[in-house]
Amino acid sequence: MIVFILAIILFSIGLYGILVKRNLIKMIIGLVIMEYAVNLMLALVGFRTGGIAPIITSEIPEAAKFVDPLPQAIVLTAIVIGLGTTALLVSFAVRIHEKYDTFDVRKIRKLRG
Amino acid sequence: MTTLIILTILMILGAVVALESKDVLSGIISLGIIGFALTINFVLLKAPDLAIVQIIIETLTLIILIAAVLKTTREETAEKYGIKKIVLGFIGLVFIVVFIYSSIKVFNHLPEFGEQSLRMAKIYIDQGLPLTGAGNLVAAVILDFRGYDTLGEATVLFTAVVGVMAVLRKVGRKRS
Amino acid sequence: MRGMTLIVKQITNLMVPSILLLGIYVVLHGHLTPGGGFAGGVLIAGCFTLLILAYGSERIKSEAKKMRASLTESIGIFLFWFITIIGLLNGTYFFYNIIAKTNPGEPFKLFSAGIIPLCNIAIGIEVGAALFSIFITLAILKVGERL
Repeated sequence: MIVFILAIILFSIGLYGILVKRNLIKMIIGLVIMEYAVNLMLALVGFRTGGIAPIITSEIPEAAKFVDPLPQAIVLTAIVIGLGTTALLVSFAVRIHEKYDTFDVRKIRKLRG
Repeated sequence: MTTLIILTILMILGAVVALESKDVLSGIISLGIIGFALTINFVLLKAPDLAIVQIIIETLTLIILIAAVLKTTREETAEKYGIKKIVLGFIGLVFIVVFIYSSIKVFNHLPEFGEQSLRMAKIYIDQGLPLTGAGNLVAAVILDFRGYDTLGEATVLFTAVVGVMAVLRKVGRKRS
Repeated sequence: MRGMTLIVKQITNLMVPSILLLGIYVVLHGHLTPGGGFAGGVLIAGCFTLLILAYGSERIKSEAKKMRASLTESIGIFLFWFITIIGLLNGTYFFYNIIAKTNPGEPFKLFSAGIIPLCNIAIGIEVGAALFSIFITLAILKVGERL
């Protein structure tokens, strides 16, 4: 139970980073911290005490105590999609800096095409 | 179990350092602490697939963030402390405290940590090997029982690469 | 971006075949051991990234004038789509595991589990090429330059 609360505290630190910070790179760091917290939380839900990894080999009997394989499948997809999101945000930040010469979001006001 | 708690507290300290440092480059390098501690957490939670994927994607994230910062600028924007910033910070703090309190009330309905009842995955564990013929249950779940999610994920990754190439190829008009 | 010293280049010469072989092994044995398409794909992308970081970016700019990374990624995802269409062409559902139903091998051998090893190979090719082209576009090229 205390591990769940620690994961939620990590998530809210990332949320504070997106809401309060003014630098564009610090906002991207906050989003990455939120993604790590959500992946940790999903992997914590499926854990069984005393269980083993969910792989059937020829020497492990069929009725052994396995850890839940369904949250692991969800987190595997989420990690790779997180990298795609980060790459696209970083390319936007590089392009904005080339046009406006700063990373401060208070100075990037004119969004004309 | 105690190693899990100590590593998660290390992740929280690393997150605070990453967001509050004056230099943007040292903030990005502190992001590496969180990623590698998460890899050890995945190994302790008996998930070897996730550990292999997480450690290399963490390294690639660090590489592209450092390359982006070294090409542009590495100093932090200047902040001035006025009365408006203190009021906004206080409202943010109240919101985060309410969020943590209500999530504690939700966690009383979840089963205890380590006592998962496996209501959804009973069919996958009992009949995974006869139905698909694969020994790795995670691979059987992502490619046979829930194959549409993998198809969508491959499409999203392809779209992200096309987007990166489309944004950074053409030179726009420079603001004079 | 210049390359590294001579010691780093020699060590890279020794290590790159082993890392590439490990990546291909993890992709092919995805239905028997931990790993699969995604883990093997990112290992292959990491191997090529190591090559570019050790030898500098002058070599890639002078040798690669064609868009090979984009072509490989498109081939990978086209192969994955084609595997899902196989079931539809033979009279059953979309994305049906048709090889496991008509021609199953013995469990715990390399030739088993129907459509899963083929899907792993397609996803390994696609993820490896995608992460490599993200690294090339963001870290090596200047803004507005074409590969």
